[in-house]
Amino acid sequence: MPSMRRAIATAALLLAAATCLSTLPATTARAQELTIGLSAAITSMDPHFHNLSPNNNVMEHLYETLVAKDGSYRLRPGLAESWRTIDELTWEFRLRKGVRFHDGTEFTAADVVASLRRAPSVPKSPSSFGIYTRQIAEVQVVDPFTLRIRTKTPYPLLPNDLSTIYVVSAKHEKASTEDFNAGRAVNGTGPWRFVRWQLDDRIELARNEAYWGPKPAWERVVLRILAKDPTRVAALLAGDVRAIENVPTADIARLALNKELTLARGISNRFIYLHMDSARDRSPFVADATGKPLDRNPLKDVRVRRAMSMAINRQAIADKVMEGAAVPTGQLLPPGLFGHVPGLRPPAFDPDGARRLLAEAGYPDGFTITLHAPNDRYVNDEQVAQAVAGMLSKVGIRTRVEAMPSAVFFSRANNLEFSFLLAGWGAATGEASSSLRSLLSTFDREKGLGVSNRGRYSNPKVDQLTDRGLATMNDAAREKLFQAATEAAMADVGLIPLYHQVGVWGMRRGVGYSARTDEATWAHEFRLEK
Amino acid sequence: MLAFILRRLMQSIGVLFAMSLLVFIGVYAIGNPVDILVNPNADQQDIARAIAELGLDQPLHLQYWQFLSNALSGDLGRSFSTGIPALELIFQRMPATLELAAVSMLIAIALGIPLGLYAGLRPSSRLSKAIMAGSILGFSLPTFWVGLMLIMVFSVWLGWLPPTGRGDTVELFGVPVSFLTLDGWSHLLMPATNLALFNLALLVRLTRAGTREVMLQDYIRFARAKGLSDGRIVGVHVLKNILIPIVTIVGLEFGSVIAFAVVTESIFAWPGMGKLLIDSINQLDRPVIVAYVLLIVLMFVLINLVVDVLYSLLDPRIRLADAGGAR
Repeated sequence: MPSMRRAIATAALLLAAATCLSTLPATTARAQELTIGLSAAITSMDPHFHNLSPNNNVMEHLYETLVAKDGSYRLRPGLAESWRTIDELTWEFRLRKGVRFHDGTEFTAADVVASLRRAPSVPKSPSSFGIYTRQIAEVQVVDPFTLRIRTKTPYPLLPNDLSTIYVVSAKHEKASTEDFNAGRAVNGTGPWRFVRWQLDDRIELARNEAYWGPKPAWERVVLRILAKDPTRVAALLAGDVRAIENVPTADIARLALNKELTLARGISNRFIYLHMDSARDRSPFVADATGKPLDRNPLKDVRVRRAMSMAINRQAIADKVMEGAAVPTGQLLPPGLFGHVPGLRPPAFDPDGARRLLAEAGYPDGFTITLHAPNDRYVNDEQVAQAVAGMLSKVGIRTRVEAMPSAVFFSRANNLEFSFLLAGWGAATGEASSSLRSLLSTFDREKGLGVSNRGRYSNPKVDQLTDRGLATMNDAAREKLFQAATEAAMADVGLIPLYHQVGVWGMRRGVGYSARTDEATWAHEFRLEK
Repeated sequence: MLAFILRRLMQSIGVLFAMSLLVFIGVYAIGNPVDILVNPNADQQDIARAIAELGLDQPLHLQYWQFLSNALSGDLGRSFSTGIPALELIFQRMPATLELAAVSMLIAIALGIPLGLYAGLRPSSRLSKAIMAGSILGFSLPTFWVGLMLIMVFSVWLGWLPPTGRGDTVELFGVPVSFLTLDGWSHLLMPATNLALFNLALLVRLTRAGTREVMLQDYIRFARAKGLSDGRIVGVHVLKNILIPIVTIVGLEFGSVIAFAVVTESIFAWPGMGKLLIDSINQLDRPVIVAYVLLIVLMFVLINLVVDVLYSLLDPRIRLADAGGAR
């Protein structure tokens, strides 16, 4: 009897063991195929549906724009070989000849006209490209390879705006977003042809052998969506992908030591800043030392704002919290971008000076404030907020951090529910007007200014300089005006810039990449190395 | 029995209605989806356009009314962020999640019940003690940590299994599945094991407790006195009598494995629907959240129904009746 029971028990165990048996895979990446791990999913294959950085990043593989931009945001010829202004309102674009769409049809001015019509008018678009076509009054086809565009007012940023509009073939002007999602209408002129898209999982591309420009080093590319940081890193370590973007800061040091890997780092146009409620007489999250709400808003006083900026040790945040993946900044743009002010640095870290300034402003005992921050939007956002709070508390501004998911944060921030917040901004056009208009201009619904000015900062001088810059056609004169506007806003501490993020890419040995300021990950710029 | 099933389904309509209302109000209270979806460079005019385009300019009760009238014709709305119908999005991902959940439940059952039986039949053996100690680990180790450890060991160090994704899929009745290819299995094994660990531990303990209790019963002694073989005693009398709680747990756990596989799916970048739910919540993509929750409620209703029917098959003394009635 007991032997029988033992037999059953043994059988049970064997069954269990049999379930454990595994199969071993033997997949090795082919040399001509490149798999890249991306950190964010795209929402559509329609190039005009959703103006969102991850989408645009993928669209850059399939489509091209009249005006292209290089890794540092300098404009260069794309589908247009050259452009010039004819008068203050009229631009002439000479189009590149001999460019073919993936289906073999030739690219002409008609395709540009169709794309400019389609881009602002895609139904159900959660964020349209209309902001970039709004200045266009009229598009005139001179001949199949010459195009004239008239703007409503003198508008120097037209080439920047056109660098965002992907050119689809004229026959797909009426194609629906479904047609694009199914791949039927995906027909661009870019270096890659569309093979397959699986939402939230992968995009597969094949090299466009008829591409007019330099040929990519890879025959096939798979862009995998690996949103979780540890997963993306593990996939790189295991060789499942040969490159990843957005290496998490905590892993940079470890990966840099790994001989199988190389890292590419580059300063990003995205900067992280603090916005202060500098408009209201009473602010909801400001209280005195005992917690009683303050009658007057200390953040309206420029001395208080300056003291806050002086109390923050930006270098320590960049080194310790961001593990070196940040460069302290005192302005809106990194060096090399249009409108960067050479020599404009953040105030030196000076807690004693900050205390003196606070006393001078009438707050010798400081005050209490809440710093609101998202906790899933920027690299280490909540930890940075905590570090800032610690530094401010040391000079007497007792700061509490309240971090929340961005789904909650941005709605509340846009409703002006906060007194003091941490956010980030990437200058999408690669020049200063993007940040000046949205973050520092006086909020104005009619003119479309100050949309993300969540402190409702208002300075007539900044407004005036920005306005004049936006209407100045001469590049050098416009840059001077934007620089002056930036200097005026920084002198008045309209916001407190903390640092520029550093983008970090990780590659297996044999793959090379040059970091891009716009944080983009373009398969055609990955190199095959020995 | 038919009346019972029909009445159950009728009740579930009320639940579905309540859930949809709750989710609607909940998402509305969190924030405005346009604040997340719109490009930061958009101006006020464009934000207003996006709000109108997504129908969010209407008062909430009108939006809900619109949703209800569309839902009655089977249209649960389109995702805000992708413009794709919410149901299509969910059904696209469902096969991946169902496959993962089914394989993980199979692993849990095929390992858990035999191991539990062994531990129940020979409680004092060293192996049984090891099994029980292991089951404690299965309960208490967090899924995301175990998942990462599996990847570290089997993908990064040993290089045996691919760390992420679904691998080669084959169409089976028009549905892509992984379990028919070797590559698919190699991708499936780690996430399924990771997802199975908790239920495996649960089943081991449940089976062991049931076995130990049943082994002391008079009818087992009687069966043994009658001279029945050990195989028949364990296979028929023990197993059948411990199966009722196990079926309940397996049913309910299968539901939650499908609905909440999100941690495992995220870590292994498994393109299932759990990830879809989390992404949708992060983007306040209300149509997808509502459709997902409704589908999950429906699924639990059905699973409970199946469990009840299975009860009556396993134990003839149980008659199907409503909760209020005699059981």
